[in-house]
Amino acid sequence: MIGIINYKAGNSHSVMNACEKIGVECKYIGGPDDFAGVSAVILPGVGSAKATLDSLREIGVMPKLEELVLKEKIPFLGICVGLQILFEHSEEDDTDCLGWIPGTVVKFNEKNVRVPQIGWNRLSWKRDDPLLRGLNETEFFYFVNSYYAKPADGADLLAAADYDGEFCAMIRRENIYASQCHIEKSGMVGLTVLKNFCGGAANQC
Amino acid sequence: MLANRLIACFDVIGGKVTKASQFQNNIDIEDAVTAAKRIYEMQIDELIFYDVTASAEKRPIDLNLVEAVGKEVFVPYTVGGGIRNLTDMYNVLKSGAEKISVDSMAVRNPEIIAQGAKEFGSQCIVLSMQVKRVPKSGKIPSGYEIAIDGARVFTGMDALEWARRGAGLGAGEIVVNSIDNDGTHHGYDLEITGLIAENVRIPIVASGGAGKPEHLYDVFTQTQASAGIISSMLYSPRLERNYTVREIKEYLQGRGVEIRPYILRQA
Repeated sequence: MIGIINYKAGNSHSVMNACEKIGVECKYIGGPDDFAGVSAVILPGVGSAKATLDSLREIGVMPKLEELVLKEKIPFLGICVGLQILFEHSEEDDTDCLGWIPGTVVKFNEKNVRVPQIGWNRLSWKRDDPLLRGLNETEFFYFVNSYYAKPADGADLLAAADYDGEFCAMIRRENIYASQCHIEKSGMVGLTVLKNFCGGAANQC
Repeated sequence: MLANRLIACFDVIGGKVTKASQFQNNIDIEDAVTAAKRIYEMQIDELIFYDVTASAEKRPIDLNLVEAVGKEVFVPYTVGGGIRNLTDMYNVLKSGAEKISVDSMAVRNPEIIAQGAKEFGSQCIVLSMQVKRVPKSGKIPSGYEIAIDGARVFTGMDALEWARRGAGLGAGEIVVNSIDNDGTHHGYDLEITGLIAENVRIPIVASGGAGKPEHLYDVFTQTQASAGIISSMLYSPRLERNYTVREIKEYLQGRGVEIRPYILRQA
């Protein structure tokens, strides 16, 4: 069973629709008591880092989530701002984030590119991973973001795209996956990634 | 860098997709959910739904329809029409849309752009504007005036000025909808689209007039617009021939335009 964190700022509905489309069993997590029976967690994301963190703390899921992901190491997938808050700090509203992944989150340079980045960008894979099974050498994914992460440990980088230079599009650190692009809105390639995550998660449990 | 986007736009009346010409004479095409699914499967990059009569009928947008579409569409989709306040915006986003389009209402109450951007992020707020070519004047230096309410009411506002203001208030994208070219199938209005795209640093979407793939080539190569709305080309019975998304994409790719390629394999 995949748990989709359902908080005020997220687009959990779209992620649920995508999971239903690929036939994965899933449920919403709206509070600390909803984790029962959950073998993997997806954290959807839209909006600002600060609003997201505030909202997650408000519904009281953080202690249990940290226990499951950091101690029990269940598969986790963060999307968009759900990637950004995993790092140590975000320039957006000067926000201290969760610090699960070493590195910071910075803004695209408005002098060079239109911000936010809105549209389909081409990903290149930095290494092989079960998450990318069935995909071509490069694929287009849908992005909507003004900020991007700079992982301190290059080994965490799974995929990159180019917008005013190369930036982090997907990461993996042990059981923690995260995607800056909206895989739930990237057509069939996005659904493939989601299917790989959910399938991999099912195999581990 | 980003691929140029093809966006299908549906004018929905009573759950049916309709097609107008210069904002009039709507004819029914098909059930909105069926149309959304069909066009998604054609690999469109994005969809926009306008509940075109919600505003005039002073009723909220049909959320059941927004939700039903969300179950079939796994690319971004925008919903507009009948959005009056932050609560309406919240409901639309929670029903599965990614973005909210504001048009006439934003002209009446520009602060709604700032409020929406603050609450949900700029990326959620699409400012759609209806522009009509007029003689250049001190008041309308761009030569394009903003109209509202289905192009029925003229505001005396300059299009470029309004675009700048909308971006300043926090809109994340601007749709430049040409009243003159809408439904003509003669191509986008490259002049105003180009002018706004050069002067406003958020993504600009060209709308109104696309009738064949060359028109997309023109707008992507002659202006800095990053997306083009196509609707007649896909399904209007008024057009001599319709095109598939694949045909349009392969045409553009063949002429060197960066586009998200059509994928042959099955999911």
